[in-house]
Amino acid sequence: MSKTVELPRWIDVGALPLLNLLLALVVSGLVVLAIGENPVEVVEILLYGAFGYEEAWGYTLYYTTNFIFTGLAFAVAFHCGLFNIGAEGQAYVGGLGVTLAALYLDFLPFPIMLVVAMLAAMIFGAAWAYIPAYLQARRGSHVVITTIMFNFIASSLMVYLLVNVLRPEGSMTPESEQIAEHLRLPFIHDIAGALGIEMASSPLNLSFVYAIVISVMVWLFIWHTRWGYAIRTVGANAVAATYAGLEPGRFIIIAMMISGALSSFMALNEVMGVQHRLLIDFTAGYGFVGIAVALMGRNHPFGIFLAALLFGMLYQGGAELSFEIPTISNDMVVVIQGLVILFTGAMEHMFRPRVTKIYTAWRLRQDAGEAA
Amino acid sequence: MDTFQLIILLLDATLRTSTPLILAALAGMFSERSGTINLALEGMMLGGAFSAAAVAFYVGSPWVGLLAAIATTIALSLLHGFACITHKGNQVVSGMAINILMSGLTALVGIALFAQGGKTPALDKGSRFQPITFPGAEAVKDVPVLGPIYSELLSGHNILVYVAFIAVPAAWWVMYRTRFGLRLRAVGENPGAVDTAGIGVVAMRYRAVICSGVLVGMSGAYLSTAQGASFLQDMTAGKGYIALAAMVFGKWRPFPALAACLLFGFLDAAATRLQGVVLPGIGEVPVQLVQALPYILTVILLAGFIGRAIPPKALGRAYVKER
Amino acid sequence: MHQMHGAGETGAVQPAIELRGIDKRFGAVHANKEIDLKVDKGTIHGIVGENGAGKSTLMSILYGFYQADAGTIHVDGKLCDIKGSEDAIAVGIGMVHQHFMLVETFSVLENVILGVEGGAVLREGVDKAREELKRLEREYSLNIDPDAKVGDLSVGLQQRVEILKALYRGAEILILDEPTGVLTPQEADHLFRILDTLKEQGKTVVLITHKLREIMAATDNVSVMRQGAMVAHRKTAETSPEELSELMVGRKVLLRLEKDEANPAATVLNVENLCVDNAQGVRKVKNATFNVRAGEIVGIAGVSGNGQSELLEALGGIRSASEGKVELNGQDVTPGKGVDAAELRRRGVAHVPEDRHRMAMVTAFSAKEAAILGYEDDPAYQKGVLLDWNAISAATANMMSEFDVRPDNPDLKAANFSGGNQQKLVLAREIMRDPELLLVGQPTRGVDIGAIEFIHKRIVAMRDAGKAVLLVSVELDEIMSLADRIVVMCDGAIVGEVAASEANERVLGLMMAGVDPNEAKAAEGQA
Repeated sequence: MSKTVELPRWIDVGALPLLNLLLALVVSGLVVLAIGENPVEVVEILLYGAFGYEEAWGYTLYYTTNFIFTGLAFAVAFHCGLFNIGAEGQAYVGGLGVTLAALYLDFLPFPIMLVVAMLAAMIFGAAWAYIPAYLQARRGSHVVITTIMFNFIASSLMVYLLVNVLRPEGSMTPESEQIAEHLRLPFIHDIAGALGIEMASSPLNLSFVYAIVISVMVWLFIWHTRWGYAIRTVGANAVAATYAGLEPGRFIIIAMMISGALSSFMALNEVMGVQHRLLIDFTAGYGFVGIAVALMGRNHPFGIFLAALLFGMLYQGGAELSFEIPTISNDMVVVIQGLVILFTGAMEHMFRPRVTKIYTAWRLRQDAGEAA
Repeated sequence: MDTFQLIILLLDATLRTSTPLILAALAGMFSERSGTINLALEGMMLGGAFSAAAVAFYVGSPWVGLLAAIATTIALSLLHGFACITHKGNQVVSGMAINILMSGLTALVGIALFAQGGKTPALDKGSRFQPITFPGAEAVKDVPVLGPIYSELLSGHNILVYVAFIAVPAAWWVMYRTRFGLRLRAVGENPGAVDTAGIGVVAMRYRAVICSGVLVGMSGAYLSTAQGASFLQDMTAGKGYIALAAMVFGKWRPFPALAACLLFGFLDAAATRLQGVVLPGIGEVPVQLVQALPYILTVILLAGFIGRAIPPKALGRAYVKER
Repeated sequence: MHQMHGAGETGAVQPAIELRGIDKRFGAVHANKEIDLKVDKGTIHGIVGENGAGKSTLMSILYGFYQADAGTIHVDGKLCDIKGSEDAIAVGIGMVHQHFMLVETFSVLENVILGVEGGAVLREGVDKAREELKRLEREYSLNIDPDAKVGDLSVGLQQRVEILKALYRGAEILILDEPTGVLTPQEADHLFRILDTLKEQGKTVVLITHKLREIMAATDNVSVMRQGAMVAHRKTAETSPEELSELMVGRKVLLRLEKDEANPAATVLNVENLCVDNAQGVRKVKNATFNVRAGEIVGIAGVSGNGQSELLEALGGIRSASEGKVELNGQDVTPGKGVDAAELRRRGVAHVPEDRHRMAMVTAFSAKEAAILGYEDDPAYQKGVLLDWNAISAATANMMSEFDVRPDNPDLKAANFSGGNQQKLVLAREIMRDPELLLVGQPTRGVDIGAIEFIHKRIVAMRDAGKAVLLVSVELDEIMSLADRIVVMCDGAIVGEVAASEANERVLGLMMAGVDPNEAKAAEGQA
């Protein structure tokens, strides 16, 4: 066995994840080839669909908004050593909070409503995360299984509420009433228009700005506060946390509730920003995309932003794709998502030994060269 | 319709709804007892269902379809093993990746091959597993009580239903009465003990996930070529997770897992029949509550309120030799 | 290099094991340096060395757990290519690992047959195995119920299961890695009787330990390892503990640290009838009563696993007390409700835990992050709601210079420091808080020799500054050179207390085996 050198940061958090991502994309290209289409053409259409015209940008960033929230949600729990697979359910229930606030407190002026809706989303999302968190912290029930179960329970609960409670009289579709016009989040194109800038209309709304603000706050929280420090300590070494007087159960619950609250912010974008009512399955798998986004972004808000943008692009470009090439549906994006999780998450260590070996050989040669 | 007949029909439906759960729960058990978390049951089931329906359509034989399903799920198991066992990747992440991948891939390939919006073409009779009528089932049909039990409840299912129910004692026997089972259970509890006994940990775990693949492949084939007559997009609809829940509920043991599958299958069968029915004394039971019950029960079990479910000790941890 | 006294003189007999030029590296660590070793058939051969000297690595290579980078293994004179445990088993080598390799949910019988089931279906092999097991148990007086669940057995019995496993596989050579570390003295005695029986039956035993007492009592020959190299071979009858310890350490052991008389003042820590249970509800500390005064070091001695760890963790607020009370400067601080590690820190208790990697630091963190563990809420480290990383960096740099931590880079990952430097950082973090009471566990475990002296001096300096120090160590030398009073624990209870001036290895050894101190001193007087 030979001596090895530790990898520098740029390889560790830059080149290696990129290599894994590249592999995921190459395999995706092979899938495209296998079903008889041209990968180059697919990439072209994807890029055009995502960025090729003004409206596309808006859509791309609208998807990105959702993924930032769910990605951050997964990351915060992950820093505490937890796999929160439940963003889907937490966002769904968070949407209930937003809807209830908007429907029953519709007399409030918009700025106050904005705060109330945010709080409602947080409280509902965090509450839904609290039960699995409590069970993990106090009864040792594995949070992976319980959050999966809670996704299904949330789904049943919401269907029940939409069919039996929230559905307006006489309506056949299981969805809530529309929320009042003055309580909707303004679209970016409207804001721009008010400022005299012409912009194509898209679902992109104020919540995108909010997502950026929240990203910065999460970054500060995790790396620059003692609570974030405590959460990371519990995640990295629960015994050391106990030794330090940081009771792991307490921080498991805190991290999961923050995670639930972050997922639920997705509902602000969807319910208050775009759909303006509560729809069945409005979460549409965005919660699961959050896993891919967080893993790819190395659980760092900046990485998450980049990964969310990539997925936003894939989602928007994918819609264009299914329009242009009938044999390729939106499902191509789901395939890419699966491959990205597989290669950047599950197989993240695959290239490490080899890269370390190559880097070590290179360094040794460098050192030898300098010595000579 | 009298109550007795109603019960027979309900139980008959229970057998049909619990079959895929049983096969998948046993699949999960083989994998997890060897130390590899298998969240990928859902995706593997989906992949199996698609392969079975697609191949059965082209070849016209459900048996070839079944083989294709098993080949697919073994391949997926090997992929899962490659990530988790060989590269020591995170088992939860790998499982989720396979689920998401298969959800997209089955639809994508379905559209590319058949252009029916992700469905496979409807299978004719010869390409599906047909009900098997037991000898004398017609004759004893009218015998009170036992007649309907024999001819309606026990007879008249397709071969995979019977395979699932035979698989439970078979899995038990393999797990507790054979060398393979002993080693498999040991590798999930303490891989170090297996390694120092001169048995390869990696090979053992691969064998376990392959067993898992065979079983979950059958469960997928059942959905599309026995219970149904084609593949539908996302047709598993969470059955893989319910099977996982049943396995946990059964504390990673074959017979308790069977009981959990029957319970969950029964709830599923009952849910469709309870729609809008007012039960005396209870009122109308929300069908969504019945549907959510398997998940709620599993959470309650995991919380330790009904017995304690102790997972295999080395579950979720890749084997690294200690220094 | 011709130091083969022990093995060489019996030249005519084929050695059971012969290792030639075994070499092994783990990354930058040179764990085994061209090791030569001969073990005679039918003997008990001891291998001694300090922690980290490379003993376990060498034996793991012999058992096929690792592959040597160079060198050859000969068993009964035949060259063997041992690629895995199965090859070692095939040539008749069995190993009892330090951490038992048992499946706790299995019965004794199932554990024994694992890997040698004797057929694809268990039934065929099981009955035969049961017979064979009975024979082995009789032959070696290993009383054990084959159907008992291993998880329910005591540690001593579990070890016997490991020995049975090896014998059942037909082992002619049995390697035991630190077998007494977890045993009570009685269990250890029983183990040595078993080893004697094995020897009588013609088996060869290799005993790895760092305890000289065991080497002197149980072995025929002994080999000494130091820093990865084999430094000497001796016949046990022809050597002495003094010579061996010198060989192990490589220089005259610093027996007594230069230090002044203690000048104890008021009682700081008062422990009364403290009982501590582990997670399984087993009582690990039984009615412990003792005190520590300002300006003295009280050492707690005992065989590892006799309740010292639990006692220390309870006093540090990590475990709750089941009964009894703990007072700090007269105030009740009984660990449990409301009194956790954080609360004790606020009251001036600093704690350097026994297990550095598991408890004292997060190795994935940077040094500056490691330097605030437990003190992250210190106002000096805050800037509003945020952490003041500049202040933390400065504080860490200060700790590093004060305690000579190298390299002195607060941003370097904690895992990249050597064991000694990690420990110095932990000590700096705890000591520089100027605590009333310092709890220290195994302060020099896995620490290089240079750092040991430094660490010892800092602990004595704490005492001289008028602080109370409680030291837990399984190294008797360390206890005897540092402590002013020595409390001995056995099986969770305090056997007694002696002044350091009256203590010697023999008296302490007897007390660690549970003998009352007065009797121990009487026995010493007769000797």
